[in-house]
Formats: sequence, structure tokens, C-alpha cells
Amino acid sequence: MSDNTAIEFRDVSRVFSVKHENQSGEVRAVDNVSLQIKDGEFFSLLGPSGSGKTTSLRMIAGFDRPTSGQILLYGQNVSSLPPYARDVNTVFQDYALFPHMTVGENVAYGLMIKKVARAEREKRMDEMLDLVQLPGFAGRKPLQLSGGQRQRVALARALINHPKVLLLDEPLGALDLKLRQQMQVELKSIQQRVGITFIFVTHDQEEALTMSDRIAVFNQGKIEQVGTPAEIYEHPQTPFVAGFVGVSNLVTGPVAKRITNSDRTFSIRPEKIHLAASSAEIDGDMYAADGRVRDVIYLGLYTRYLVELDGGGDLVVVEQNLKTTSMDVMKVKSQNVRLFWKKEHARYVGG
Amino acid sequence: MLSKTPSKQSSGERSSMFLKLAALGTLLFLHIPLWLIFIYSFTTDESAYTFPPPGLTLKWIPQAIANPAMQDALFLTLRVAFLATAAALILGTLAASAVYRYDFFGKESISFMLVLPLALPGIVTGIAMRSAISLMKIPFSFWTIVIGHATFCVVVVYNNVLARFRRTAGSQVEASMDLGANSFQTFWHIVLPNIGTALLAGAILAFSLSFDEVIVTTFTAGNQQTLPIWIFSQMLKPRNRPITNVTAMLVVLLTALPILFAQQLTAHSSDSDK
Repeated sequence: MSDNTAIEFRDVSRVFSVKHENQSGEVRAVDNVSLQIKDGEFFSLLGPSGSGKTTSLRMIAGFDRPTSGQILLYGQNVSSLPPYARDVNTVFQDYALFPHMTVGENVAYGLMIKKVARAEREKRMDEMLDLVQLPGFAGRKPLQLSGGQRQRVALARALINHPKVLLLDEPLGALDLKLRQQMQVELKSIQQRVGITFIFVTHDQEEALTMSDRIAVFNQGKIEQVGTPAEIYEHPQTPFVAGFVGVSNLVTGPVAKRITNSDRTFSIRPEKIHLAASSAEIDGDMYAADGRVRDVIYLGLYTRYLVELDGGGDLVVVEQNLKTTSMDVMKVKSQNVRLFWKKEHARYVGG
Repeated sequence: MLSKTPSKQSSGERSSMFLKLAALGTLLFLHIPLWLIFIYSFTTDESAYTFPPPGLTLKWIPQAIANPAMQDALFLTLRVAFLATAAALILGTLAASAVYRYDFFGKESISFMLVLPLALPGIVTGIAMRSAISLMKIPFSFWTIVIGHATFCVVVVYNNVLARFRRTAGSQVEASMDLGANSFQTFWHIVLPNIGTALLAGAILAFSLSFDEVIVTTFTAGNQQTLPIWIFSQMLKPRNRPITNVTAMLVVLLTALPILFAQQLTAHSSDSDK
């Protein structure tokens, strides 16, 4: 066990028993997960709702306990410690600010509980408000703030104790797109400045790709793949990852066999596919497939084509509008085309 | 209440006139008897109710206040109300916390059974308490009155606190624990300020309920006379009528004002919570 592991999951499971209309059963919210998160990492738990990512986060925070397995924080088994005995802090999805306290009291709450002297408390509270770019907000009440400002207060409050690990539960979910993108950049820069391990839960694959050093993709309580954003995007190891992270074409069975001479399932990203006239000559290091353009969607920056393959199945193709205009791209509709892509861009996934 | 209702456009004018009259009629019907009590508190009549009063005087007020039987009854009632309210605050808050925070077998039934004493006719609660207390061979006393009152006082506190819990984000408690506060610190710094006004409002309502309770008291008291029962017994003695009226007026003031205050409290905090 190397000492630069911040969080380790050892065969962690969390099983909920459910009763529904006289039927009782169990839900394996987290199913035998093992995972290592390194010190100082920006690590994302990515997955659809109900995939176990939030339950995993809550078990690290101590709001929930594993049914079996162990969770280690810097080598110490914390599985059964209450939240207040763990050196971990959380930024909540709904911010969970205390409405009866001022912004300053909210931020300094952790220090007040630790009985830090008032002068020291206020000094560190000011530092934190500076860090999240809310200087001078100490006297306001949370209800007087905008969503983005509350978000920053929640972050300052969680960071003031200098936790070993900061947990963020979909903290940007309630913000609008522009603000979200701005906060993504800012969160990342704050993380680099404070040097604390961030564990970030999100269902937004783009957000995870933008911010993370590494990502764990969750599906039905299990981890499908752990890797850097580039690994996850370029080398999805399972059909689920290929489909969930970015847009992917999954080609299976006989259609795959017609293209690659093998019936192994592969995924191909829309932007890796090129469109050509149906008579075009294709190099030997390329795979090719013939089809008919069923739909053309012009999106300004790029155009999305839906191509029906002759052998059955559809492929989504995306091309940037470098030289083409909307008039040009529309002409392709209902035409027969040849699609081609580099052989190495086809990724064999699972099964 | 009437003045807060936004006035409708011309189409609704006639019906709103009718509604106003109906509302006024109802209010008068409810309040005229009360005002009569107030007026008779100041009449010079010794024993009869004549209207209009032949003359007005303030002499009954010091006489009523100095009456030792009335004083005994008042202090007994206050002690009962304080203790019943205190018990209700503790038990009601605990019950509300349990029902809000945990899922357990029979939760719905327990919640229903808690609220039942307020919904049941007092006479039923009274009979039930009386037989239960005699069965357990507990002598009827001051304490049995407190227990009887506590059964319905708990309900008001429970309802108020539970409603407040449901409006408070549960993540606040988690956030507090997350920042290093144990259960006691979290209760003190986060839960209590959140439910504070609900507790105060519940306490005031419970106090008022206990203060003028007659039916359950009749069944659970020994030879003690609480103020409402004392007033009732005085109605049979025509001589003391003005003193009884003064006492009744004091009871109205003692119970109505806190209830108005409690309403203000809950209305105000529900505004600021949003």
C-alpha cells in the first residue's frame, strides 16, 4: 500500500433492501468495487443516475457505510467512522448552506466547531472568501446570493478545514451552461492551488472529460473503466463506456464482419469517420463501408450525418464545416456515399 | 384577513359584497358573546345580567384578583400548563425527530396514534384516562391532570416541529456533521435554530390548550380545581357573577394574545424560509 494513495476501496459493496408491494429484494447500489485514488488527483466518478457513484461518495464522507469491504483514507480504515471523525469535507449538490447564519458564519462553521480562536477564524474565513472570489460577502445571508455565489460559499466552507480529500456531489448541476463552464475552469484552478485531492461526482461526461485527471465510469454499481479522459474517450473498454462517454457508433455481428472480416463488436467515434463519393478509392489502412445518407443536421460548427449502411444499421458521422456551407451539406442528403476511417480508430469493446 | 384579500374586478363585485356581509355576520355572531362578557365585567349590577348595564365600574377587577379561590385556581392552572407544555416540548420534538429521520416498522401507525388525542372528543380521552389511571391505582392528583393535558399538548408540538423538519433541507444536518460537528453540536447549532420558532409556536399553542381545558381535567383531577372548572362552578353562585366575568376576561386575554403571537411567529418564519 503506497503512501500516495488518498482513497482506496477494497471490495466495497453497499446493498439496500427494498420493499415494494409485498415484494422484498435487494439493490446492489455499489457492487464489489475496488478503486484507488491518488493523492492530489482530480478524480471523477462518472455514470448515469443510479449507477452507484453518489453512494460511493457518501460512503467516503461517512453518511453511508459499506455493507461489506473497506474504505481506506491514506491507509487508515475509515469504513465505520462517523462523518465528523473523517478528515474529508463535502460540497453538496443543493449546497446545504445554513440559512440562519451569515456567509461568514457558514464558511467559518468548521473552525467554530473546532474551537479555533475568533481572530484566527476570521482571518482564515477571509482567505477562503478571497479564494472563491467573494471578498466582502461575509455579512450577507445565503438567501441573498445567486446560485453561483452559493456554490462558491459551499466550496469555501468545505475547504476551510484543509481536508485531506474534498468530495463534490454534482456541484454544478443547478447552474446554467455559461456559469457551469466558468466554474469548471475555476474549480480546476482552485484544486491546483490548494493541492487537495478532489473527488467529483457527475453524470455529465463532458464535464468529467474537461476537469479530471482520471475518471471512473460507473454502471449498475460496478466500475466499467478507470482511466485518463483521453484513455476513456479514445480507448473505451466496454460498450457501455463507448456509448456513455461521447457519442459512439457501436457496430456488431454481421455488419461488423462485412467491414472488418471479424464479428467482434467495435466502436467508432463519429468524428473519425470521413465521407466520400460512393466511387472513391480507399487506402488499405482504412476500413470502408457503403451507405446512403438518410439525414443531415447542420449545427453551425459542424454537420451531423446519419448514414444507413447497405448491410443494415446506422452510423453517425460528424464533419467540421471548414469549407462547406449549409447549402453544400444539404445536397448530400439521400446520396449514396462511401464512409472510411483509419483501422486503428475502430476500438474493439468487450464481448 | 379581509383586508388582505385582493379585490376582484367588476364582475365579482356583487358576490364579494355578499361575502363581506356574510363574513361580518359570522364574526359578529362569534364575537358578540365575548364582548358581552367584557362589558359585564364592568357593570355595577351585582347579580343580574341587564342590558345595557345600569352603570360602569372598575371595582370588580381588584376584587377578582384578590379572591383567594380564584388565585389558587389560577396558579394551579398555570403550573399544570407549564408542566404539560414542558413535557410536550420534549416528547413532541423527540417523536417528530424519530418519525422524520428514521424508517421503522409501524411508523405510520405511531404517527396516527400521536395525533389521535387531539382529534378524539375530549370526553373519550377523559374516560379513557380516568379508567387507565384508576386501573393503575394512581391517586388522582395534580400530576394526573398534567399527564392528561400532556396527551393533547404533545400533538401540537409534534405537528409543528414535524412540519418544520419537512421544510428544512436534510443535507444541512449532514453538512454540519461533515464539518466536524457531533450530533449534540449539530442539534444545538443547526437543528435548534431551524425549529426554534416552531417550538415556540407549538409551546404557546399547547399552553393555551392546557390553560382552558375542562373535559379531560374533570376526569383526571382529584379535588383540585383548575381555573376553567372554578369559573364553571361559580356560574351557579349569582353573587359572584361580576368576579367570574372579570376572571373570564382575564382568561381570554391570557390565551388569545399568545395565540396571535404564535400565528405571527409561524407566518413570519414561513415567509423568510422562502
